[in-house]
Amino acid sequence: MGMIVKDTRIESHTIVITVDNEPGVLARVVGLFAGRGYNIESLTVAETEKAAHTSRITVVTSGTPAVIEQIKAQLGRLVPVHRVVDITTEKPGIEREMALVKVAGTGEKRVEAMRVSQVFRAKALDTTHSSFVFEITGSPSKIDAYVELMRPLGLVEVSRTGVAAISRGAEAM
Amino acid sequence: MGEGTAAAVAAKTAPEVELTGAEMVVRALKDHGVQHIFGYPGGAVLPIYDALFQDNELVHVLVRHEQGAVHAAEGYARSTGKPGVVLVTSGPGATNSVTGLTDALMDSVPLVVITGQVATHLIGNDAFQECDTIGITRPCTKHNWLVRDVRDLARVIHEAFYIATTGRPGPVVVDIPKDVQFKKAPYVAPEHITHRTYKPRLEADPEAIKSAVRMMAAAKRPVFYTGGGIINSGPEASKLLRELVHLTGFPITSTLMGLGAFPASDKQWLGPIGMHGTYEANLCANRCDLLIALGSRFDDRVTGRVDAFSPGSKKIHLDIDPSQINKNIRIDLPIVADAAHALRAMIKVWTEERLSADPALPAWWKQIEQWRGKNSLSYKNSAKLIKPQHAIDRLYALTRGRETYITTEVGQHQMWAMQRFKFEEPNHWMTSGGLGTMGYGLPAAVGVQMAHPKALVIDIAGEASVQMTLQEMSTAVQYDLPIKIFILNNEYMGMVRQWQQLLHGGRYSHSYSEALPDFVKLAEAYGAVGLRAEKPDELDAKIQEMISVNRPVLFDVRVDPHENCYPMIPSGAAHDEMILSDSEEEPEVSEEGKMMV
Repeated sequence: MGMIVKDTRIESHTIVITVDNEPGVLARVVGLFAGRGYNIESLTVAETEKAAHTSRITVVTSGTPAVIEQIKAQLGRLVPVHRVVDITTEKPGIEREMALVKVAGTGEKRVEAMRVSQVFRAKALDTTHSSFVFEITGSPSKIDAYVELMRPLGLVEVSRTGVAAISRGAEAM
Repeated sequence: MGEGTAAAVAAKTAPEVELTGAEMVVRALKDHGVQHIFGYPGGAVLPIYDALFQDNELVHVLVRHEQGAVHAAEGYARSTGKPGVVLVTSGPGATNSVTGLTDALMDSVPLVVITGQVATHLIGNDAFQECDTIGITRPCTKHNWLVRDVRDLARVIHEAFYIATTGRPGPVVVDIPKDVQFKKAPYVAPEHITHRTYKPRLEADPEAIKSAVRMMAAAKRPVFYTGGGIINSGPEASKLLRELVHLTGFPITSTLMGLGAFPASDKQWLGPIGMHGTYEANLCANRCDLLIALGSRFDDRVTGRVDAFSPGSKKIHLDIDPSQINKNIRIDLPIVADAAHALRAMIKVWTEERLSADPALPAWWKQIEQWRGKNSLSYKNSAKLIKPQHAIDRLYALTRGRETYITTEVGQHQMWAMQRFKFEEPNHWMTSGGLGTMGYGLPAAVGVQMAHPKALVIDIAGEASVQMTLQEMSTAVQYDLPIKIFILNNEYMGMVRQWQQLLHGGRYSHSYSEALPDFVKLAEAYGAVGLRAEKPDELDAKIQEMISVNRPVLFDVRVDPHENCYPMIPSGAAHDEMILSDSEEEPEVSEEGKMMV
């Protein structure tokens, strides 16, 4: 009772937002984050139900538990938003991200890049005598680890999709 | 504002009538019961103005600046409970309305603002008077729409009214390109409007209501802390609030926005809470064991230092907007519902379970009476100078018993009006609370007077604020609106000066109103009536004259330039660290406190 005990732990949450696919809806969501000073660590958007005209926005954000609650409540106020689900707490789910990773080099580094990619089950999409483009899918932390291992092996650039998330089990979110 | 929408949206079936987009706008406004619109024409809305010209029912009020149109619509809305409607052109017409939109968003005022836009094929081309109205107004509206196809127009306008007026009310913008205004399509009449995603919740969870009422019956030191949500819910909520407060016997305070929901003449009324609230209201909030927040949002002007706000209490929070719960203050029992619905349910449980207040309540009241004894709104009057507090007291005394509506600008005069003018009914007090918009009061008075032609409408103003939208005097004269602009002229941006005195070592940087106009001559130039009072003994007669003349009046009341507004909780301080008058020591303001606005 009484004094607020401020919980200052910064947590990372994956929030799935189902929205009407209307012009400007992404700007509303992104503008809310920018305007209220919330973080966006990654953002993934695409139409998922053409007939129902809905899109799914997956945001990975971070903040104290109170800020996370505010983020969800503020998202819920946006008129075109159908649902807001916190995959991190409400509905245990699966999160995956895909990255395209370009590595250039020859000799031992090139061989090592190939070996590491096999361990991570990354797939070579483009090959020249001096470069690879690998496709890797996994949790964001797996991709982080892979990219770090590639860095000394001639990492040129990385393109990441951001997180897609879905709940476990038979039911929809 | 939960109920009433269905009635406003009563269907008028008109199958297969083809209308132009412009005609649809006029038709849809009338179908929603609109009688008055506030606007300003321009290139991109000419077709709509043409349709208005050919219509005999809608009354259009031509303002002098689009910001004035929005504030007028706000005054209209807040004094009637109906949505305010605005019509402006593209580009500068839209950008000029942004301050009003933000003001309405912060204070939950239902507005439907229609903006013209350049033709669809020109959008994105930097065309003349083009701006990204939807992009600019996205963060300052509850929702907005760009209508690219005339077949969507009627539906969007119906949706706009629905969203503006239901749930937590707010402003919406409908942006209509000029070519869409010319094109024809069948008109779709408003029927029962439902929305795919937007479904405001009105009814409270019965279990939460039961818990709340039982907490109330068990409380030893309870206090009601109510806000604008009661007024927005409609007059029924104010009635139910009175019933509940009388049933329980608890003390009640309110935010700036909530004044009038509970009568100020009632014995249980503590006066307003917050930075310039009364000693007893703030001490009650500080020492209570149960804080019952109804339609109020724990604004920083209310809480002061959040970690010292009401430290020993359990907190119940009723709000129609779930995002307000736990936003600033940790809540023990949230209730998401419309105020009238929840209050009705609370009264039912209290009566059915035959509950009564805890026997400790009289001791709590005894404590409150001691705090009241501080007489925190007292001030030293003067025979030589008009004290601003005295001017408001006389204004109140001389307007009592009349149907009086008060608007204000922003600053010291607003706080004195809040402290001293006694409101008995909801919807009679129009002020800019959240955004704190200087220049709100005069155009708001125009809107209020338009809605209540016979009433006495007074803008309690400052000489600095009033100059921000003074051009609307011309509107008042044009429409014979006998608004009274009661200027407490202290030649300073008074609140800025007060803060500079208290927080910035008396360095009065740019807060002196130099080169003031002669307000009497200015009034006359507009074709209004100008009055001036310089001495306390001429005040009453001049106020009487202001009331009796049936024309717009600018009344220049020359008040003590150095009077400060007390009581005051300095920034970053707690409710029990109020300063009551100049005679006390200068407040110690922490570095953290100085950072706060």
